Amino acid sequence: MPNLKDLKTRIESVKSTRKITSAMKMVAAAKLRRAQEAAESARAYSERMDTVLRSLAGSFAGMEGGPELLAGTGEEKNHLLVVFTSDRGLCGGFNGTIVRETRRLVREMKGQGKTIKLLCVGRKGSDLLKSEFRNDIIDSVIGIGGKKGIAYHEATAVSDRITQMFEAGEFDVCSIVFNKFQSAMTQIVTTSQLIPFCANEAQEGEDADNGELKAAYEFEPEEGEILDVLLPKNLVVQIFQAMLESSASEHGARMTAMDNATRNAGDMIDGLTLTYNRSRQAAITSELNEIISGAEAV
Amino acid sequence: MADMVEFELVSPERLVMSQSVGMVVVPCSEGDIGVLPGHTPLIGTVRAGVVDIHEDGKVSESIFVSGGFVEVTPNRCTLLAEEAIAVDDLEQDVAQARLEAAQAALDKAQSDIDKVNAEAEIKTAEAMLAAMGITAAH
Repeated sequence: MPNLKDLKTRIESVKSTRKITSAMKMVAAAKLRRAQEAAESARAYSERMDTVLRSLAGSFAGMEGGPELLAGTGEEKNHLLVVFTSDRGLCGGFNGTIVRETRRLVREMKGQGKTIKLLCVGRKGSDLLKSEFRNDIIDSVIGIGGKKGIAYHEATAVSDRITQMFEAGEFDVCSIVFNKFQSAMTQIVTTSQLIPFCANEAQEGEDADNGELKAAYEFEPEEGEILDVLLPKNLVVQIFQAMLESSASEHGARMTAMDNATRNAGDMIDGLTLTYNRSRQAAITSELNEIISGAEAV
Repeated sequence: MADMVEFELVSPERLVMSQSVGMVVVPCSEGDIGVLPGHTPLIGTVRAGVVDIHEDGKVSESIFVSGGFVEVTPNRCTLLAEEAIAVDDLEQDVAQARLEAAQAALDKAQSDIDKVNAEAEIKTAEAMLAAMGITAAH
C-alpha cells in the first residue's frame, strides 16, 4: 500500500511539472508564429536568388574556369558540413534527427576516404557530436537569434567564416544540414550543397515555366563580375534561410514536445489521484474495521 | 496589363513590395536603369541608392536600397536588396551613426574581408545620407 503522504507529494510535483510544460508550450507557440512568418517571408528572397543564379550558372555551364565557388576546386576530398541545431534542448526529436543524419553522412563520407570538418551552429549539435567526432569539429557558433529573432548579419558572420576557410583552401565541398520547416508537427531534415554551387539540382517540373528564364539575358556588368558578387551573397542567403527554417522548426518541435508532455502529465495526475483516493478509502475501511472489531470484543 | 511592369522588391527578411508600376528606376552599379514594359532581359548588380517608382510620369514612391541585384524580363522586374527602407522612414542619426561605426570598423579591420565589409558599409551609409539630402531638396 503506497503511503498517502508520498502520493500527495508526487501529485503535487507532477502538477507543477505540468504547469511548466504548458507554459513552455505557450511560449513556443508564440515564438513559432513569429519564426514561421520570418522563415516563410524569407523564402521569397532565397528562391528568387536561386532562380537568377541558376540561369546565370546555366550560361556558364561548360565554360572552363568559372569562379571557384561555382566550379569547385576540382577535388572532393575535404568536406565541410555545417550542422544547424538549437542551443537548448527539450524540443523532442529536433536535435536528435539532425545529429543522426549528420552521423550517417560523416560515416558514409569517411568510408569513401574523405576528410570531414564539422561546423556546428547551435550548442546542442556540438554537444551531441562531440563524443564521436571530437577531432572533426572545428568550431561551434552559439547564441544565434536574440529577442528580435535572427538577424541577417548573424548569417553574414557565419558565411564570412566559411568563405575565409574556402579561400584558405581548407575544404573543397561545403554542405549544410538543417531542419526544413513544414508544419509544427513535421520538420524535414534537409541536406544541401553550398559550395560548389550545384546547378543541376533544379527541381523537375520547374522547367516548364522556366522558358522565360532561358531567354538570353544581358548582363551589366559582365557575367563573371556578377557571379563574383552573387555567389558569396547566395551563400549568406542560403545560410540565413537555413537558420530561419531551423529556428521555426525548433519552436514547432518544442511546442509539439511540450504539448505531449503536458498531456502525459495530465494522464499521470489522473492515475495518481485514483490510487490516492483508493488508498485513502482502504485506510478508512481498515480503520473502521478495527473500531468495530474492537467494540465487538468489549 | 501591357503597359505596366510587375515590380517586386525583396529583402532577405520579407517581400517588401509587389505591384504593377509604370516605370521603375533602379540604381545599378554602372548607372541608373529605367525599366519600362518590354525591357530587354537583363541581370545587373545594384549599388546603394534610391529606387524611384514612377506612376503617370511622376515619382510615386522612393525606396532606399543598400545594394543587391536586379533581374529584368519584358514584363517583370525583380529587385533583390539586402536592405530596403522607404526614403521617408530614413533617419539621419541612424545613418550618421552607421557611417561612424563603419569608419571605426575600417580602421580596425585586419583581414581583407573585414576591410571590404567596412568599405561597403561606408558606401551604404553615405548613400543613405545622400538619399536624405535629395529628399530634403525636393
